[in-house]
Amino acid sequence: MHVEVRGLNKHFGDFHAVKDVNFTITKGHLIGLLGPSGGGKTSILRMLAGLETPDNGEIIFHGQTVNNLPPQERGIGFVFQNYALFKHMTVFDNIAFGLKVKKVSKTAIRDRVMELVELTGLKGFEKRYPHQLSGGQRQRVAFARALAPEPQLLLLDEPFAAIDAKIRQELRAWLRELIERVGITSIFVTHDQDEAIEVADEIMIINQGQLEQKGTPWDIYKEPKTPFVATFIGESTLIEDASEVKGFKGAGDGKPTKALIRPEYIEVGNLHEFKMASATEKGVVKHLHFRGSEWLVEVEVNGHKLVTYRSLEKETLQPGQDISVLVHRAYLFNDERSWIQENNLKEDPMPIFI
Amino acid sequence: MNSLLRHKGWTWGFRTTILLYFVVLIVLPILGVYYNSFSLGFGNFVESISDPIAWKSVLLTLKLAIIATLINVFLGTMIAWVLIRYHFIGKALLNSLVDLPFALPTAVGGLMILLLLGPGSLIGKAAAALGFEIVFHQPAIVIAMVFVTFPFVIRAVQPLLEELDPSEEEAAYTMGAKGTRVFWHVILPSMAPGMISGGMLAFSRALAEFGAVVLVAGNIPGRTLVSSVFIFGEVESDNPVSAAAVSVILLTLSFLILWLINMLQMRGRRS
Amino acid sequence: MRKLWIGLTYLVFFLLIAAPLGKMAIGAFSEGFGGFWNALTRPEALHALMMTGLVVIVVTLLNTLFGIMMALYLVRANWINRRLKGLLNSLVDLPYAVSPVIGGLMIVLLLGPDSALGAIFEGIGLKIVYAIPGMIIATLFVTFPLMVREVMPVLQEIGSQQEEAASTLGARGWTIFWKVTWPSIRWAVVYGVILTVARSLGEFGAVLVVSGNIMNKTQTATTLVYQDVENFNVTAAGGIALVLAAFSAGLLLLMEWTKRRKEVQ
Repeated sequence: MHVEVRGLNKHFGDFHAVKDVNFTITKGHLIGLLGPSGGGKTSILRMLAGLETPDNGEIIFHGQTVNNLPPQERGIGFVFQNYALFKHMTVFDNIAFGLKVKKVSKTAIRDRVMELVELTGLKGFEKRYPHQLSGGQRQRVAFARALAPEPQLLLLDEPFAAIDAKIRQELRAWLRELIERVGITSIFVTHDQDEAIEVADEIMIINQGQLEQKGTPWDIYKEPKTPFVATFIGESTLIEDASEVKGFKGAGDGKPTKALIRPEYIEVGNLHEFKMASATEKGVVKHLHFRGSEWLVEVEVNGHKLVTYRSLEKETLQPGQDISVLVHRAYLFNDERSWIQENNLKEDPMPIFI
Repeated sequence: MNSLLRHKGWTWGFRTTILLYFVVLIVLPILGVYYNSFSLGFGNFVESISDPIAWKSVLLTLKLAIIATLINVFLGTMIAWVLIRYHFIGKALLNSLVDLPFALPTAVGGLMILLLLGPGSLIGKAAAALGFEIVFHQPAIVIAMVFVTFPFVIRAVQPLLEELDPSEEEAAYTMGAKGTRVFWHVILPSMAPGMISGGMLAFSRALAEFGAVVLVAGNIPGRTLVSSVFIFGEVESDNPVSAAAVSVILLTLSFLILWLINMLQMRGRRS
Repeated sequence: MRKLWIGLTYLVFFLLIAAPLGKMAIGAFSEGFGGFWNALTRPEALHALMMTGLVVIVVTLLNTLFGIMMALYLVRANWINRRLKGLLNSLVDLPYAVSPVIGGLMIVLLLGPDSALGAIFEGIGLKIVYAIPGMIIATLFVTFPLMVREVMPVLQEIGSQQEEAASTLGARGWTIFWKVTWPSIRWAVVYGVILTVARSLGEFGAVLVVSGNIMNKTQTATTLVYQDVENFNVTAAGGIALVLAAFSAGLLLLMEWTKRRKEVQ
């Protein structure tokens, strides 16, 4: 289902929970709504479902405004954070509920439920009650129940929040595959960036009720549009005055400008490892942490602590060692704008033409 | 047909019916009493209240209700303690008997006390021989009040005792505290909220009690005439304005207590 | 020490509950079983028991229905302003704070023959005070909070998510209520019904004021006990009271059983 949202606003009392949100979602895509807790993600999801009424703005499914449609008529499936399974019904009855309401024939209900039971790997559990299931199994029942009436849009509120870390990993992959197979447009809410990056086709970052950025995980990582997105996605170190970093002198044309530096923007090593020695700066190794596949290196440069990774293949550094540091690029921002800038010393002052 | 049933008017009508039922049944009558007692002017209200029979009945009710409440706070706390902390034969039975005064019609409770302590009974005779009387005098009213409000304190203290972490007590013992000290400093403070809220509920119920009291009290003005019986008498003798005046005092008192209990509970929830 | 406390507890229970109950039972049979039977089968006793039964049935039905709806509205309704909801919520408890006699007085004041409303109803031939409708209204007033207060905490505890889930699956109001909400609250409702029956069975003050206690017309079981005592007919009073007490004890047992079912849920 093609989903479009225009100028969505929602207040809870004095609290402005959702501020003028606009977006469109292409049919068949899997979208992650990502952001800190209390940022308004769940409110947006609930408004899409019709469980909450927007103060103003339009919600359009398939080119048709659905603001005045109750949840029953929106053709959506909703998976709740705590699953909200009907605790006095068996797994079978839970999944069959939406079909029974539609007055589908008994045999058709049976066929559809068994199909979903099979699809979600719940075979043999149909007669159990929710309290007799594990967290992961309940989660699967919740999916099956939401999918049973063949909705056009699947909405999931923190679908993995209540599950053990280990099983969560497994379920993510399973969900991704399941949604692909069913081919249903889906939106899920999460506060876990790994989850969003791993599962979603596209991510929408929501903070303090505002849509900060929408794009593929790679685009958002590569080109954050706002300082919030830059700090929220990936790791980074904030430098209050960008011009203190070598190679970024004059950044921001004299206006006070801050810099966010990601670990992979930084290269460290002995001076001979660098081709462009003039762009490097002196630093001291503060700490080394072994991270299984690489070293996490904390270096101090001009009183700023920077963090980066170093391959195990290269020479092993020692704490206290003097090394050279090259900052390839930085995410810069001030009151007016934000942009990504390459180190201006890296451009070879005397290019050699062969 | 279906669309007719789903019409917004139905929802609206349904909601209005429920809320109207509530307002007409609960709110309107209460406002009515206040309205009636002031309907002939404030002066008339004061006059009704300054009738010695009226204000003495209010004072008497307050006095006896306080005595009954104190007795119940003491007995109730003790029984709650015994029912939670000790195991003995018949415990389950006693625990379900606690609620009997709630389940029993109050008039039946009054009759029971009348029969047990009345002039013809063994206890009544013994008391008379010793020179004091119970039934138709103040002690009987207190006993009736204690009987009908018996469950309140017990039921309020029990859950608190159940929740009380034994390790807290044990910690106190390991620090060398003696039994009585532990009781005063650890156990009593954790029971206190239940004793207070249960006691207040018992007090407000004792103020309002009619059925059990009317049967055992002599209803002599100024000595054994409590306010609820006074109100009843005024209604019977077709003097509703005076009845309404005393009702207003009693009602206001009860509302204050109810409000206090609510405040206490809210504070308790916050902390 | 321990034995002393247990002994004291037994003593309190004996003095306050067992002894009066026993004494009343003995009193009811003081003229033999025949006397007990005669007290019960007097025409006025039969009529009074019938009246009590009628009031109990009507009141329980009405307050169960309206009580459940009120609880639903107070917990779930989003069309009521939050402040208004808080106000309504505290108003529900008012009947607890009102002496039953005052409850009766209110109805006499509002609907009695001297009041404007009462006159209107009398004009169309409907007598409210000193008749059945008044007695029912008085008992409705006194028992209203019981059902609401039983159902509300359960509704709060189960939360609204199951209901929301049902609505996203296409179910509407009644289906959601019967299939999703009802199974969760039914034992609380049963408990509320028992409480309402017990309270309306035993209601005395409010009914006494409103009914006028007219023999063979508006007299209920409890007001008959009162009248018998006033007439020094203690044996007859004991007979009726014993039947009422037996009924209450039965309700108490039922309450214990329901409480256990409620906890299992």
